[in-house]
Amino acid sequence: MTDQNVNAAAAEIEMYGALKDKEPPKEPRSQWRDVWDQFRRHKGALIGGGFLLFITLAVLVGPLIWTVDAKQLDIRNKDMRPLYTLLWDGDARTSWAKPLGSDNLGRDILATLIAGGRASMAVGWTAMILALFIGTAVGVSAGYFRRLDGPLMRLTDLFLSLPILPLLLVAVTLFRQPLRASFGPETGMFILIVGVIGITSWMQTARIVRGEVLALKEREFILAARSIGTTPFAIIRRHLLPNVVSPIMVSATLGLATAIITESALSFLGVGFPSDFPTWGKLLSDAVPRMEEFPERVMLPGILISLTVLSVNYLGDGLRDALDPRIRGR
Amino acid sequence: MLTYTIRRLVLSIPTLLFISVVIFLLLQLAPGDPMAQVPLTVPPDVKQKMRDALGLGAPIHVQYWKWLVQFFWIEPQVLIDHWFGTGLAEGKLRVISWQTRSPVMDIVVQRMPQTLWVVGMSYVVGILIALPIGIYSAYKQYSLFDQAGTFVSMIGFSIPPFFSGVLVIVIFSVNLGWFPSIYDTTHVVTDWASFKIQLQQMVMPVMVLALQTTAQISRFMRASMLDNLNQDYVRTARAKGLKESVVVLVHVLRNSMIPIITVIALGIPSIFGGAIITETLFKVNGIGQLLLTALFANDLPMVMTLTFIFAILIVLFNLIADVLYGILDPRIRYD
Amino acid sequence: MKIRTLLMGAIATTAFAPAVYADGHEGERGRDGQVSILYWQAPSIMTPYLSGGTKDLEAASLVIEPLARYDENGTLTPWLVDEIPTVENGGVSSDLKSITWKLTEGLIWSDGSPVTSADIAFTAEYCMHPEGGCAYAGKFDGVDNVEVIDDLTVKVNFVDAKPNPYGPFTGGTSPIIQKAQFADCLGAKAPECTEANFNPVGTGPFVVTDFRPNDVIQLEANPNFRDPNKPAFASVTLKGGGDATAAGRAVLETGEFDYAWNLQLAPDVLAKMAEAGKGEPISAFGTLVERLEMNLTNPSPDLPEGERSTVAHPHPFLSDFKVRKALSMAIDRELLVEIGYGQAGRPTCNLVPAPALYASDNTECLTQDLDGARALLDEAGWVDSDGDGVRDKDGVKLSILYQTSTNAVRQDFQALIKDWWNQIGIETELRNIDASVFFGGDPGSPDTFQKFYADVEMYANNFDGTDPQSYLSGYRCGFEPKPSSQWQGENINRFCNEEYDALLDELARTGELDKRGEIGKRLNDIITKETMTIVPLVDRGRVSARSNSLGGVILNTWDSELWNVADWYRIGN
Repeated sequence: MTDQNVNAAAAEIEMYGALKDKEPPKEPRSQWRDVWDQFRRHKGALIGGGFLLFITLAVLVGPLIWTVDAKQLDIRNKDMRPLYTLLWDGDARTSWAKPLGSDNLGRDILATLIAGGRASMAVGWTAMILALFIGTAVGVSAGYFRRLDGPLMRLTDLFLSLPILPLLLVAVTLFRQPLRASFGPETGMFILIVGVIGITSWMQTARIVRGEVLALKEREFILAARSIGTTPFAIIRRHLLPNVVSPIMVSATLGLATAIITESALSFLGVGFPSDFPTWGKLLSDAVPRMEEFPERVMLPGILISLTVLSVNYLGDGLRDALDPRIRGR
Repeated sequence: MLTYTIRRLVLSIPTLLFISVVIFLLLQLAPGDPMAQVPLTVPPDVKQKMRDALGLGAPIHVQYWKWLVQFFWIEPQVLIDHWFGTGLAEGKLRVISWQTRSPVMDIVVQRMPQTLWVVGMSYVVGILIALPIGIYSAYKQYSLFDQAGTFVSMIGFSIPPFFSGVLVIVIFSVNLGWFPSIYDTTHVVTDWASFKIQLQQMVMPVMVLALQTTAQISRFMRASMLDNLNQDYVRTARAKGLKESVVVLVHVLRNSMIPIITVIALGIPSIFGGAIITETLFKVNGIGQLLLTALFANDLPMVMTLTFIFAILIVLFNLIADVLYGILDPRIRYD
Repeated sequence: MKIRTLLMGAIATTAFAPAVYADGHEGERGRDGQVSILYWQAPSIMTPYLSGGTKDLEAASLVIEPLARYDENGTLTPWLVDEIPTVENGGVSSDLKSITWKLTEGLIWSDGSPVTSADIAFTAEYCMHPEGGCAYAGKFDGVDNVEVIDDLTVKVNFVDAKPNPYGPFTGGTSPIIQKAQFADCLGAKAPECTEANFNPVGTGPFVVTDFRPNDVIQLEANPNFRDPNKPAFASVTLKGGGDATAAGRAVLETGEFDYAWNLQLAPDVLAKMAEAGKGEPISAFGTLVERLEMNLTNPSPDLPEGERSTVAHPHPFLSDFKVRKALSMAIDRELLVEIGYGQAGRPTCNLVPAPALYASDNTECLTQDLDGARALLDEAGWVDSDGDGVRDKDGVKLSILYQTSTNAVRQDFQALIKDWWNQIGIETELRNIDASVFFGGDPGSPDTFQKFYADVEMYANNFDGTDPQSYLSGYRCGFEPKPSSQWQGENINRFCNEEYDALLDELARTGELDKRGEIGKRLNDIITKETMTIVPLVDRGRVSARSNSLGGVILNTWDSELWNVADWYRIGN
């Protein structure tokens, strides 16, 4: 296109004033760019994502900056209060060496929170993703392929009926030794716990996704897709999955919280991580009996769990809005 | 739909039998011993005799068959006897708990009232709060109400009951002294005054449990409503001049109910399953506490029977959910 | 004062209630209304013979009673009899092969029928039935038969001479049940008698009105109780469920309950609760000792199944006495008590801490000596040769797997002990196991304390009554858990010592108390300080809590905690 032509075209548009763009024409936009723009407009999602990134970095890099060993006992300096208690209680036992105080055996709370965060985030994310993946796969297959519906849903019923505590005890009996031998005591236990939480928490997602897919697959756009010969997998990928994203997102958010809390319940019952291996859930449950004297020991891990879950929730909201073409651009 | 329902009901019998086998094997495989709570001062050979007296020595398939007969043949007879005063089950051995040496079903029946009062009530309260919150949050997305609702429900969901339960006990029982921290299962409601006492002892466990239910259901409700509010049919309905309340509460709501029905159908069996931690915290001593003590005591007949009752409820309510899908959305067909 | 009480009570038992409590607390039965007791482990059955644990035994003690009980000092006290049979008064035959009990005259069951010697003989028959699965059959160990002499007299004949003939019918574990009620419940039929098991007819101060297994028991005063002025309370509610923290709170902080059983809580938590001023924690000591058990055999997972933790393979380093000794020296028991038990614990070096007759004066382990421990390990050749901070010798690293059951105090102990062992160059991996698995005897599980697939384990144990003979006999060579015995056995450490076994034989033959005490102390010393096979940590007391308005409570660790519930009363009425 030459300059002259452009000028001619411009002149033509000039003539039909209504056709004239008020701004210069924009670059063509990709879909993902649209998604990102929409996502960016969601303040909650940005804050949530930012906080999540911060927490993740903190628990990963934290031990390099705050080099105190989380397992180090310091019995002489036990039951220290956090520095901020000085604001209203000048006589509180505090120490600059223990900015968030210490527990009843003198372990540094800041260090245990960092170490606990590592374990909790890892367990939460892995178990949640595992459950989400299995749940979505089972739900979509059962909903879309009528032949699989019966067997898969009966399997779901079976998993729903399994009592988790005996299941865990069986898993520990059968797999702890081999896993400990190949991955070491802590990683082995991690795999075991993540596995058990993962395989016992996919059922709700599966049933919800299946219900939605059952309704969706009878809609006209799926019929249209099928009539032009789209393969089942393409239909699932292009047409069904994007439409069940929102219940999946909700399941994911709730799943993360559930996984973190289930882990603490397991430690509480003595089938979780070794007792000297902190996690947020376990810090919280250990501190409950001393809640009145040392509120920070329940509040700090509690707030961290809640904030993490909240940020994942907002992140999920933002993603859902951004991925929905009907909302996008409104 | 009727044929589908009948077919599913028939199919659920082999399903349940299979589930019972799996659960039974799982419990057999699980490490644990009904003698674990017997003091260590009792010598090992005496413990072995106690195990034999419980029938633990028998081969697994014999034990399973015994349970199957007791559960499916003798227990229904006991029920018939109870209703019609017949004597079918006299002298027959029922499912006997290892801890209490008494029929498991009698204890289950004894525990039902408090579980239904507390856990059932909390579920009803939870749903009643969650649905309006979910609907309104979606309708006014990102309004102050929605933001506050999201915040409260997510915090509520991420706080484990072993913390929130103790927190309300410390605040309302210890410091304020408004409510009892221990639930009295023998309390009988006869008049207004005793009903008030019942309410007082129910408030805290119901609150703690309802928080979880509300959070979960309102999130799913909101998400599902959001998906539907922007659909074309909503625009059509509005264009027809329908009232906004009709559009939202009839058209959109009905189409958004499928995930909610699923979640509620999954939740109802868990009402009967009780709430293990909350029941223990407030000493409600319902089915959840029964299951927990049975698990710790390795009382296999009790655990097996309770788990299997939950399995029946799960299968049943999932069937009900599937039927409801068809009613809510006639396009869904199973035949 | 004592004499007055005697006259009023007309029964020997009351004479043992401390005089101060008798002050102004006499009156008619049932005058003080209701008492509420909280057991955080809920009782499931009202007879100890078919029970799963202490909780059932104690609940049952409200209703059914033995011939003689142990009092708070561990002294055998007549309960349904007028005097304790001894060799001196002719009740025990001089060859120690029989004991004759004579019931107090005029005792009646709660249903109004008289208590006779037939009931006593029946109790023995019930518990000794081979198919009954009686939990306390051990109490009847060595009994040949129980002979009815007349309506009130029974004679228990033993197979061999029994230096301690006070097994059957004494203490909360062996109460008398009514023949008429349990006659059809012998042997395999025992579990079918639900009605009898839940509502036993007894001689005790209360009778059951409503029994809800694992939930709540309601009882009312026994109208036929032998003392017309007792019990002071007209009804008892015994609620179960929850956990120790909540139970403590209900008595000490909210005052909803009058008595809470077995509050195993960290001392600071308990002290904080007591500050609320609604009640007070009470404690007493018995024979319960929290200890570390050393595995003398090799638990390595590399060994084939069936050979792990068996005497075929000695432990690579714990078979070295100096290592065991160093492990013990590194521990500061005072600190453990301060952190974990407070007033309910005291440091000990003894396996048998009480009664005084059997308690050795062994105190050398009480001071922590980290330097000494290091020196001892150096001396034995365990040095850190590869610089990784862990001592080793001949390629064997001092790396310990240390297991225990799940329990907040035990996990704190684990953390502390791990820290001390790290300081002397021993690497420690901790493991905690659900109590129902750990204390269970499932031969299929790798995590039971009997199987001991770890190097060191920690738990608490005690003995029934006041005679440690059978307790100490557990450590006899050959009594170890092994595959051929389905991993059952009491010699957890796989300990084997000729001198020890010879002394056990001597103890079994000896009737004279002083001599028995001497042998008992010697046995205790061999297994603790001389071989460091068992490393005792804390002599654990029992802590319970009572509300300020509940009087007459005497905490008793030798018998049921509710042993003197007939003497309880309400203060301030």
